[in-house]
Amino acid sequence: MSIRVGVRVFVPCDTTALSLGADDVAARLEREAQARGLSITLVRNGSRGAAWLEPLVEVETANGRMAYGPVSADDIPELLDAGMLEGREEHALALGATEAISYFARQQRLTFARIGVTDPLSIVDYLAHDGFRGLEAALARAPREIVEEVKASGLRGRGGAAFPTGIKWQTVLDTEATQKYIVCNADEGDSGTFADRLVMECDPYMLIEGMTIAGLAVGATQGYIYLRSEYPLALEILQTAIARAEAAGYLGDDIRHSGKCFHLEVRLGAGAYICGEETSLLESLEGKRGLVRAKPPLPAIEGLFGLPTVVNNVLSLAAVPYILAEGGQAYADYGMGRSRGTLALQLAGNVQRGGLVELAFGATLHELMEEFGGGTLTGRPLRAVQVGGPLGAYLPQSQWQLPLDYEAFSAAGAVLGHGGVVMFDDSVDMAEQARFSMEFCKVESCGKCTPCRIGSTRGVEVIDRIRADEDRDANLALLEDLCETMVDGSLCAMGGMTPFPVQSALTHFSADFRRPADGGRS
Amino acid sequence: MSKPREGNPQSVQAEIDALKHKPGALLPILHAIQDRLGFIPEAAIAQIADALGQTKAEVHGVISFYHHFRTTPPGRHVVQICRAEACQAVGARSLEAHAKASLGIDYHHTTADREITLEAVYCLGNCACGPSVRVDDRVLGRVTPERFDALTDALRTQILEVAG
Ligand SMILES: Cc1cc2nc3c(=O)[nH]c(=O)nc-3n(C[C@H](O)[C@H](O)[C@H](O)COP(=O)(O)O)c2cc1C
Ligand code: SF4
Ligand code: FES
Repeated sequence: MSIRVGVRVFVPCDTTALSLGADDVAARLEREAQARGLSITLVRNGSRGAAWLEPLVEVETANGRMAYGPVSADDIPELLDAGMLEGREEHALALGATEAISYFARQQRLTFARIGVTDPLSIVDYLAHDGFRGLEAALARAPREIVEEVKASGLRGRGGAAFPTGIKWQTVLDTEATQKYIVCNADEGDSGTFADRLVMECDPYMLIEGMTIAGLAVGATQGYIYLRSEYPLALEILQTAIARAEAAGYLGDDIRHSGKCFHLEVRLGAGAYICGEETSLLESLEGKRGLVRAKPPLPAIEGLFGLPTVVNNVLSLAAVPYILAEGGQAYADYGMGRSRGTLALQLAGNVQRGGLVELAFGATLHELMEEFGGGTLTGRPLRAVQVGGPLGAYLPQSQWQLPLDYEAFSAAGAVLGHGGVVMFDDSVDMAEQARFSMEFCKVESCGKCTPCRIGSTRGVEVIDRIRADEDRDANLALLEDLCETMVDGSLCAMGGMTPFPVQSALTHFSADFRRPADGGRS
Repeated sequence: MSKPREGNPQSVQAEIDALKHKPGALLPILHAIQDRLGFIPEAAIAQIADALGQTKAEVHGVISFYHHFRTTPPGRHVVQICRAEACQAVGARSLEAHAKASLGIDYHHTTADREITLEAVYCLGNCACGPSVRVDDRVLGRVTPERFDALTDALRTQILEVAG
């Protein structure tokens, strides 16, 4: 056996890979290699986002990187026996050249081009893979030109509301103030979403670069990343990345000797879903209870501490370095209709091949779930799909041909939201899911308005009565009524959209509300 | 392993003093205290209110708004089970039921040996590999009832290794 000295082996270190034993794999690999007198260089890369293949081990060869997965620590001796360090493909876990794996090869990765390829904290790696090119381009331009580039890209906010990012930046740029802020919404509270986490854990400099560009574009010198406390690893990685970016002159008082300055700080949330709503988030950043503010005034005019503030989702900001480096038009060339560029889709729940899929807008939901997802994990028929987080509708089979496009979804009474796709097989009880939606709203409501605060509590009770077959028809009518009141009378989308999953369950899965309640579960 | 938990009015004051100059300092202060002590003691509330020029009621109001903050000491380990939709789709509901039965406690409670506090969480961002559980700062995926028991058993035996 001839082994190259110090062959580079990659073992991912994001939350998902770690949750499936990546650290054990790395430790075993080092031990086994040492025992065999083999020299390896272990790189802890980010995840490429194929959660179903994690831990995905890669080996660098003369012909590119070769993949093996999902690998457990106990597989290591056999894999080494089978020539993994030479990139051989004899073992059952061998997947061939990483880039050729169809799950990756068929994606259109603009924002996620680097994830899983690089060591997340290595600036050298980042630079070698086009990092900071967008920032350099921005430093050479006037603020107005940067904003124009973002407008030309057609980028719409990826956090849920799909508001044009360039217009938001323009408003902040045009508002006079002594201090302005860039706030990154990293609260990623939606079930079934993890793309923000992947950006922060696997390519943190991209977010730092995007926020710095935003600062240059609108004249803001201070940025905050409002990160949810459920993401401890992202916190650690971001803090290290910020310190290193500062030390290397990409952040701080004199960015790349331009005389321009931008400072960045991570602030931790504290387990409140509503703090993902932008005004509630600002209240929280100010050190208060996360109560939703009435709009107007828009945060772009009176935001953090009453000053003009850009609030953008992680993915919106992460798209910006590409846009500045390649030009807005290059980004806008992807997509359909008014949905330009790419969408980070997250396949989750009962799915065979779950993970991150970046595609231009326009593919159908069905293509995504079958061709990428491979159907359900259990192998049972797929029955319902919740798209767009806990406030998103449950879609029945008749809607799976919908193209992934903001307008097409809204025409069908659904939302794309943050791109989370949660699949359920035919064992799901949709009355139970509807109950959960109300319960979630009850737990997470900020409490400011009555339809949301009280309505959600009543919603749980009414669904319980329906499931217990008490006055079923009257209670079904009451539930419809309650949903309408919440839609019409709520200040924000928490109360205003909680009815979406409930009503869609009632409309498309009505049989589940007419069965005897199942005794065991609650 | 859980962090050392030591606290007295001086150490709480040190956390407050290190952060009170920040704009919107209250959440960072609360995090720092809870990270150090595992909870926010009643006495700290007056200290914080004092330092920030707020009333105790205001500080209390903030603490109670957020699910993360607690005002009583937790067990040595905090175990959170994800209750959100993607995990539900792959068996989180039965995992929850199992966990409660196996530990003999409900959410927000601590086992009699003070080892484990059980909490609910709505998504850990590990949604493609549910059911997900967080133990202190570590997230685990595809947790079956058997794995859950093995995990909690391991947490409870750790103390023996550490003792002495
Ligand atoms: C209840 C609720 C929760 C939200 N949660 C998030 C979130 O977790 N992350 C996010 O970026 N936006 C969230 N939003 C949307 C934000 O209010 C806001 O539209 C977004 O951060 C703006 O950034 P974007 O234009 O880049 O999307 C939420 C909105 C509502 C009503
Ligand atoms: S709808 Fe609910 S969460 Fe939104 S402002 Fe009203 S009470 Fe708060
Ligand atoms: S839904 Fe459980 S980890 Fe996201």
